[in-house]
Amino acid sequence: MDDFYRDFILDHYRNPRNFGHLDHPEASAEDLNPLCGDTIRMEFEVDGGVVRDVRFSGKGCAISQASASMLTETIKGMRLEEIAKLSKDVVLENVGIGISPTRLKCATLGLRVAKSAAIGEIAGWPDEE
Amino acid sequence: MIAVRTPEAIAADFPILGKPTSRGKRLVYLDSAATSQKPQAVIDTLVTYYSEYNANIHRGVYEIAERATETFEAARVTLARFINADHREVIWTRNATEAINLVGYSWGLQNVKPGDVILTSQLEHHSNLVPWQLLAEKTGATLRFIPADDRGVLQLDQLDRLLDGAKLLAISHVSNTLGTITPLDRIVPAARRAGATILVDGAQGIPHLPVDVKALDVDFYAFSGHKMLGPTGIGALYGKRALLEAMPPFLAGGDMIRKVEYEHTTFNELPWKFEAGTSNIADAIGLATAVDYLTALGMDWVRAHERELLAYALERLAPLESRGLAIYGPKDPALVSGVLSFNFADVHAHDLASILDTDGICVRAGHHCTMPLMEKMGWPATARASFYIYNSKADIDALAEGIEKAARVFKI
Ligand SMILES: Cc1ncc(COP(=O)(O)O)c(C=O)c1O
Repeated sequence: MDDFYRDFILDHYRNPRNFGHLDHPEASAEDLNPLCGDTIRMEFEVDGGVVRDVRFSGKGCAISQASASMLTETIKGMRLEEIAKLSKDVVLENVGIGISPTRLKCATLGLRVAKSAAIGEIAGWPDEE
Repeated sequence: MIAVRTPEAIAADFPILGKPTSRGKRLVYLDSAATSQKPQAVIDTLVTYYSEYNANIHRGVYEIAERATETFEAARVTLARFINADHREVIWTRNATEAINLVGYSWGLQNVKPGDVILTSQLEHHSNLVPWQLLAEKTGATLRFIPADDRGVLQLDQLDRLLDGAKLLAISHVSNTLGTITPLDRIVPAARRAGATILVDGAQGIPHLPVDVKALDVDFYAFSGHKMLGPTGIGALYGKRALLEAMPPFLAGGDMIRKVEYEHTTFNELPWKFEAGTSNIADAIGLATAVDYLTALGMDWVRAHERELLAYALERLAPLESRGLAIYGPKDPALVSGVLSFNFADVHAHDLASILDTDGICVRAGHHCTMPLMEKMGWPATARASFYIYNSKADIDALAEGIEKAARVFKI
């Protein structure tokens, strides 16, 4: 677990990308990890079903914050349907191996929030017929 | 006099402490405030019960049932003596939480009226807060809090005003987050003068301090066995006999009855009135073995040992303060039991705990079931190392080295 904290993780923890808020997000969600109290909020600017811009905010451990920061880079430009279908593999690819099962919950917090923002937005779309 | 043993010799009684971690490290267990480890004697007691005289109690007439009943009731006497109570005043529960809830539902619903005050403190574990929130909601009572300063020391200057109108004082003996010892010798007499009933959450008290419920002059004392070397799933409520006699039963069913007719039931006498259903026989007996173990060491020795460890830890970790180590609490071993809550630079408590774990060092990280206190103090989370009889200075050295390692990993 100590080799998990590589330079790029610490960099994302200390200099999170896309951190903050959007003025008028079309979609947003937030959640917390009750085990440790880590919180993450995600906000999307959506145009034509595509996430044009994204911001996250929150506080917590290096794993949850760095993982959320990396995820914002992954999902920018993705279709909401694609985000809704993301699996935890995307997180594992971002952060690399060596994470313990309890801490996986920290690492996937941002993903859970991003997916629920995407699903919530899709659910609000009018029926196609 | 009690033979004084070294912590290393004591640790040898705890099989788990001799087993290396999956990474081949010595297990450095610094989370006894969450749950303590169990000595071989306690484990053997459970095995002996299940392999030699497992039977239900208070019913069977055959030999092993009588042995089970006798051993179970003898365990109650052992526990009662340990806290200087009468055995009829000791009710088995699952844990401290259940003991507190028993008082809330039984005594509380009977005695607390609209407009009454329930006084507690800002330091409480959720287990000694949420039950009183529920009781206040159900009865129309109001909750009040004895404030703590930013070291976690209770501020008693307004105590008499806070106690005005208090029907109940519910307070912990020792804070699980900071280890601060509640000055019951000052608070209890004031609560008596105000006419309040007094419940002490002893979950972190009885494992670490000598407890004499008569000398403390409390009405209820709630605790868990698993934090005092005993098994999980067993705890107890001490209650003053007159109060327990006047209280209605909490749970209803078998064992707590004297005579049952279709429309009506006469309840059993104390303590069985509050013990509905088959008890946790094995674990109650196991807890008595834990009490015997602590008695042989002497609770004064336990307290002195933890005090020495805390003093050593404060001294050993002091050089790290200039590098960002923040130690919470009053930092005075006279006021604190064996608990050290801290944060290190910008390393989140969870990351710190994960890094320590790679060296076999177990500490707790998070809010420690005291979310309002964390919020008040402005700590998102803390790391907590807590000490017990089997810890030695070598464990604290390991902790200090572990924090140094975190500094290297996080490039601080
Ligand atoms: C002060 C305090 N009160 C109550 C409890 C609850 O104990 P249990 O979960 O065994 O009921 C704890 C346990 O962490 C505690 O530290």
